[in-house]
Amino acid sequence: MTQSEFLSIVIPFKDKVFRLAKRLLVSKEEAEDATQEILLKLWNKKEQMQDYKNVEAFSMTMTKNFCLDKLKSKHAQNLKIVHNNYQDNNVSLQKQVEINDSLDWVSKIMEELPEQQKIIMQLRDIEQYDFNEISKMLDMNETAIRVSLSRARKTLREKLTKTHSYGIR
Amino acid sequence: MVLDNIEKLLEKYDNGETTLQEEQQLKNYFAQETVEPHLEVYKPMFQYFLKTQEEQFTKDIPLKPSKTYTLYKWISVAAVAVLMFGIYTQVNNPVQPTNEQLLAYNQTMDALNLVSSQFKKGNENMNALGLMSSSFNKGVEDIAYINQFSNTTNKIFKNE
Repeated sequence: MTQSEFLSIVIPFKDKVFRLAKRLLVSKEEAEDATQEILLKLWNKKEQMQDYKNVEAFSMTMTKNFCLDKLKSKHAQNLKIVHNNYQDNNVSLQKQVEINDSLDWVSKIMEELPEQQKIIMQLRDIEQYDFNEISKMLDMNETAIRVSLSRARKTLREKLTKTHSYGIR
Repeated sequence: MVLDNIEKLLEKYDNGETTLQEEQQLKNYFAQETVEPHLEVYKPMFQYFLKTQEEQFTKDIPLKPSKTYTLYKWISVAAVAVLMFGIYTQVNNPVQPTNEQLLAYNQTMDALNLVSSQFKKGNENMNALGLMSSSFNKGVEDIAYINQFSNTTNKIFKNE
């Protein structure tokens, strides 16, 4: 397989890989590194790639596992650089500006969701995969995915309602 | 009527039962500028989904480094193999001389033999000198007798 053939397979979903990585790792730089890592891994395995039925689903599974591993090693190292472990009580001007933006509220609320729900919401609501595909990627059955998704959506809505009624926005 | 539909869809949506088409419908609805006040909550949510969907991976895809890396690896392996082979052949088989080299060697040997045989002849002539020298030695021994004789005569003169 040549480089251009490989790229033509990879380019359609590389953004999806990146967005999933960013959803889990939060920081953009980390997500970029993770995406490069994933693509390199795919490139090194390019000979076996023809055998995979669905390269895209395979890559998404790989991304999920890779990011979760990364998060786990971060927790173990006590190296708390990533934003989801990072609390800044000192609300800076920039933060305040961000908070004013209601879309950032959504992303902040999504950061607080459990990882499983985060992944499912990302795959369904943002990347628009159907349940069948998601169940293959995550190795879960569809009912469990629906339940998890419903929980995530309800949490998101409730928290948004709260910020609305408190008038923090 | 449209609103009614949207509300129904939202309920299904919250329960995770909507299809992708229905979700797209919702997204389209909330992409509008104005939505019903009691549905305002959903607006940032769906807009966020749409916005995030557009985010792209802009960094380069680093495929080259891995390729050259493996190439270097194999070159070094090949170099080591060649080196080992070279040492092996050097140690086990000394170089076989070619015909020309053998010819030159033989000619040199002939020439040296010639010189050496001349030397031997010379050496034989030296034997004659050796004979003469041994005769000299004999003469010297005879002179020792004469010395003895002279000693004795000296003793006789002293006694007088």
